[in-house]
Amino acid sequence: MGVPVRGVRVTKNRSKGRGKAQPKSEMLVKLELQSNPEALCLVRATIERAAEVLHFRDTEARAIVRSVDEALANVIRHAYGGRAGHPIEMSCRKLQPGPQNSAQDGIEILLKDSGVPVKPSTLKGRPLGEVRPGGLGLHFIRQSMDEVEFSRKKGKNLLRMVKYLSPTPLAAASEGE
Amino acid sequence: MQIVVRLAIGGTILDITGDIDLAHSPAMRKALLLEIKEKKTPKVFLNLEKVRYIDSSGIASLVEGLKASRDQGSRLILYGLSKTVREVMELSRLQKIFEIHDSEAQALDS
Repeated sequence: MGVPVRGVRVTKNRSKGRGKAQPKSEMLVKLELQSNPEALCLVRATIERAAEVLHFRDTEARAIVRSVDEALANVIRHAYGGRAGHPIEMSCRKLQPGPQNSAQDGIEILLKDSGVPVKPSTLKGRPLGEVRPGGLGLHFIRQSMDEVEFSRKKGKNLLRMVKYLSPTPLAAASEGE
Repeated sequence: MQIVVRLAIGGTILDITGDIDLAHSPAMRKALLLEIKEKKTPKVFLNLEKVRYIDSSGIASLVEGLKASRDQGSRLILYGLSKTVREVMELSRLQKIFEIHDSEAQALDS
């Protein structure tokens, strides 16, 4: 998979969820947050519950939670330079296949902030295997989500992340947990 | 997140409870580096049995602690990793870098 850069959609698994038409979506929850690290636990709880409601397996739910948490931490640390009190908007939508395409059910999370523009050169993460602090957050996101898309519109950074529901039957998957 | 410090044979145990995330990893980092760099504790045991979540900033703090312990010639020993913490370690590909044990008894015997 390539490096996700601003304005470029990165699709991890093209066999999943990418039909001819975009799937329908339905708003599940929308949060207006401040760039305060103390808010992260609330978001994690919300996303965990949303993933559960959408029947994601435990491992997938943890991966989604981890991705959203890391993405928000990046916004707080980098876009807002660690300063508290700045706005972050998070919306979480349920994706559903349309009647004319093969897309699967899934979850879409959109983060919007008014911080400094994201530089594509900062979106590389660090090579794994290096024993040094930092640079792991983006790697966690890319490993966990099926689609990761950075863009900037109207002075705001946008990060769109999508995870499609695994086609594995829930009952069989649960036995393997 | 809570940190309780206990003395053990040959070192100190830090019992961590709660989430190690962006809000709380600085406190864990500070406690770790205090033991390793300032108190020069020969063995620092990190009890993660009651850690529900760890993010990349928590992993970064652990890596920093590990580097400091190597510099001091001491040991940083982790034990009681939950499924969630193990997953993050594996994603980071750092699980083989750390000294990890299943239980406190095994960690203390090491």
